[in-house]
Amino acid sequence: MPPTSVYMHIPFCTNKCYYCDFNSFVTKNPQLVWDYLDALKNEMKLTFEQTPVEEVKTIFVGGGTPSYLEHDQMKYFLEAVQEHLGRYFASDIEFTMEANPGTTDVEKLTIMRSFGVNRLSFGVQSFDNALLERIGRIHDTDAVYRSIDNAVAAGFSNMSIDLMFGLPDQTMETFAESLNKALKLPLTHLSSYGLKVEENTLFHTLYQKDQLPLPTEEQELEMYLYLIETLEKHGLHMYEISNFAKPGCESRHNKTYWLNNDYYGLGAGAHGYVGGQRHVNAGPLAIYLQKAKEGLPRVDEYRISTKEQMEDQMILGLRLREGVDLARFQARFHRTVEDEFGAIVTEQKAKGMLEEVDGHLRLTEQAIPLGNEVFACFLRE
Amino acid sequence: MDRLERQKKIRNFSIIAHIDHGKSTLADRILELTGALTAREMEDQFLDTMELERERGITIKLNAVRLNYKADDGDEYILHLIDTPGHVDFTYEVSRSLAACEGALLVVDAAQGIEAQTLANVYLALDNNLEIIPVINKIDLPSAEPERVKGEVEDVIGLDCSDACLTSAKAGIGIKDVLEAVVKNVPAPTGDPEAPLQALIFDSYFDQYRGVIVSVRVMNGTLRKGMKIKMMATNAVFEVTEVGTSTPRQTPVNELTVGDVGYLAASIKNVGDTRVGDTVTEATRPAVEPLPGYRKINPMVFCGIYPIETNQFNDLREALEKLQLNDASLQFEPETSQALGFGFRCGFLGLLHMEIIQERIEREFNIDIITTAPSVIYRITQTNGETYEIDNPSKMPEIQKIDFIEEPYVISTVMVPKDYVGDVMQLCQGKRGEFIDMQYLGENRVQLKYNMPLSEIVYDFFDLLKSGTKGYASFDYEMAGYKQSKLVKMDILLNGETVDALSFIVHKDTAYPRGKVICEKLKELIPRQQFEVPIQATIGQKVVARETISAMRKNVLAKCYGGDISRKRKLLEKQKEGKKRMKAVGSVEVPQEAFMAVLRMDDNNGKK
Repeated sequence: MPPTSVYMHIPFCTNKCYYCDFNSFVTKNPQLVWDYLDALKNEMKLTFEQTPVEEVKTIFVGGGTPSYLEHDQMKYFLEAVQEHLGRYFASDIEFTMEANPGTTDVEKLTIMRSFGVNRLSFGVQSFDNALLERIGRIHDTDAVYRSIDNAVAAGFSNMSIDLMFGLPDQTMETFAESLNKALKLPLTHLSSYGLKVEENTLFHTLYQKDQLPLPTEEQELEMYLYLIETLEKHGLHMYEISNFAKPGCESRHNKTYWLNNDYYGLGAGAHGYVGGQRHVNAGPLAIYLQKAKEGLPRVDEYRISTKEQMEDQMILGLRLREGVDLARFQARFHRTVEDEFGAIVTEQKAKGMLEEVDGHLRLTEQAIPLGNEVFACFLRE
Repeated sequence: MDRLERQKKIRNFSIIAHIDHGKSTLADRILELTGALTAREMEDQFLDTMELERERGITIKLNAVRLNYKADDGDEYILHLIDTPGHVDFTYEVSRSLAACEGALLVVDAAQGIEAQTLANVYLALDNNLEIIPVINKIDLPSAEPERVKGEVEDVIGLDCSDACLTSAKAGIGIKDVLEAVVKNVPAPTGDPEAPLQALIFDSYFDQYRGVIVSVRVMNGTLRKGMKIKMMATNAVFEVTEVGTSTPRQTPVNELTVGDVGYLAASIKNVGDTRVGDTVTEATRPAVEPLPGYRKINPMVFCGIYPIETNQFNDLREALEKLQLNDASLQFEPETSQALGFGFRCGFLGLLHMEIIQERIEREFNIDIITTAPSVIYRITQTNGETYEIDNPSKMPEIQKIDFIEEPYVISTVMVPKDYVGDVMQLCQGKRGEFIDMQYLGENRVQLKYNMPLSEIVYDFFDLLKSGTKGYASFDYEMAGYKQSKLVKMDILLNGETVDALSFIVHKDTAYPRGKVICEKLKELIPRQQFEVPIQATIGQKVVARETISAMRKNVLAKCYGGDISRKRKLLEKQKEGKKRMKAVGSVEVPQEAFMAVLRMDDNNGKK
């Protein structure tokens, strides 16, 4: 069976945020964007020729900032998606696009809606203007409200936002305030990430100079626990380490990753996982454009051994609150989790880090903040 | 050419200098000027071939090179330059190279003047009856005061400086004068090329194709390919397969005769057969007696070295054996630690020596190791009258059984600009030093002598001296026997369990503050575990300090989507790898650095 999920990457941004190490480019040259869209269109053609699609259940357009595209560019891109995939769309397709507040007017949103986009994920990050400036975001709180209003006006009802915690100078109070403001919005989903200082970012430079006053581990934990508790109280249940949703509104696209299922990946720097094979596209724009002229713009392609697949299934599946489906594991690998990881599971259970509930192996509540400690155990020599 | 005629044209010399006074640069210039190396071949610090030497800008191993020089008198001379280390830890190596020479260049920085370590090496040279040629280097520096420094050399060493060479090795000034002085002042080797062979072994190393390569200086007789030779100390006999010189690349020659410095290969498999300091003679026509050897220097500093991966114990033994081949001063014997498993107790000449060996094991042999804090040799006298020595704190008996403990003392010499005298005296007194003597060397510099426990020097005296004098102080020490002290053993407990590898011996009066500092330091170095870990410092049954490492609270990757999977997997692998580099002591994962924490008390940067 070919993948039923498609990821596409739009690598452009109006500016680079201080914490971001994603594959994104700041450009004011519209020709570059057009060239990119052409290359991407060509990649769609080659990809779906190589592995023909049968049904598309989820599409996720991420970035960068997909909403960076101007109206005509957006139209051109979505027409290409329609051309290649439209006839395979499942009736209940989840078609998500990431958007940044301040890059979304009603007209652009209406174009998106008209081509089948039915879910939006806004990079809000915080409702504290000073903090937004501090982390290099260009929008302010007002822009967030305007964007959500516009989205509703354009007919969107399935919306998510991203919030960050563990930011420099952020306190429990300011985080709680942001969270409570978020809860007043008409959202079906919320993702919240603890800041991780990545290499090649301004934050990393500051961090090394000891100029990044991050909250302590204890404070960060407090924010995380508050997040979980508050959202549960408001009907957004935690279904993954950083993701919360109203019942039935979990991101089906992202669950593909955690279930260790296949997905197409297109665009600069995108990764795909098709038939047990992972591939990585060229990240730098110029190289992507160059390679896409000649064929699939891939720089790396490798098979995942069954042993690694089983490990991935565990470390990804344990991220889900429901945990790893033991029957599904067995059906896929013809071995049980017990056969494969018995000793590790026993040890972690004894430590109170894992539990078995309804045929699933999952992190215990106390293990959630220490997930990495458990995941790492499943990587064997 | 007639052997005797040729012998008259040989000059053997080495260079004595303090670190940074320009020894290696001067050697580079001499190599360049004599055409031994073209400018194209020239790398800085050419003779410092070890990666570590270049990185640290120091010389560790000695190196000999043959140079051809046409002097102003129109004659061709053969010069052998034997490079030597400048650091106090390597006095042994220095004494080896000096024994192979008739002269030495004393290089002194025109701005800094004489330093304590230089002085020690000059005395060694004088003991060996070497002709010493003063070279005042770095005269192009704005702060250079060659006249003052000349005066200092005359005052302190009693060396006539009226003909001292003034150079700038960096700028290439005065290099020819140095070579002319070598030709004129260093005596030609004396000895009889027809006499039975006597060649002094001053170095050796193992070459996997030719066996042990032995560096020799021929004192009497002639050494040829095909000759049957005998090592006079071990009586081992070999047939010479190759003799040659370094010019500076190894070049085979027909023979080495009186005054020649070169190498020999003789399919020697076992380095133990070629002891540095031994005499090589001809098997069929042996010399009556060997040449005087070297002063054997005993290790003063000891530490445990353990492989992180327990299955690398044998690799570690091999590494130590190989290092010992050309470093006879390194000693080791197997020992066991409850916390660290099987390893070796190793003896070193000093702290730098210890650090260098550690780094070489990790780099050249790729073995991850844990080293325990250095210790000295203590002498224990038990209440039952029994006396013995321990080189490992964990071997100390219970307090009740001890009558008294003695520890090694050294006479330390510090040279320092007079503005810092107060600070240095305070430091020495704080380190239990007993004042011996103070002398002015010229107007600005002072020489202080203190009687001090070696353990204090091993601890952090170097670092404090350096930082307390902005690096202006120089320092040397010599052994001065044992003295009775009020010493106690301090144990460290992690999560309630004693970690034998962390025990150390400390003076009773400073035990409490040191216990406190080490607990704090360990708290900083040991990462959070999934549970709370108490750290305690105890003397006997008594807890004198306590800290707690709080449990790890949060460690989970926030984002993990399609593009992140392989990267995050690597991250988790790295996390796991990091844990592997730690040693599980009971249930606590302890990183390498923690075992050195007993030593490194300076708060800011662990590494020197």
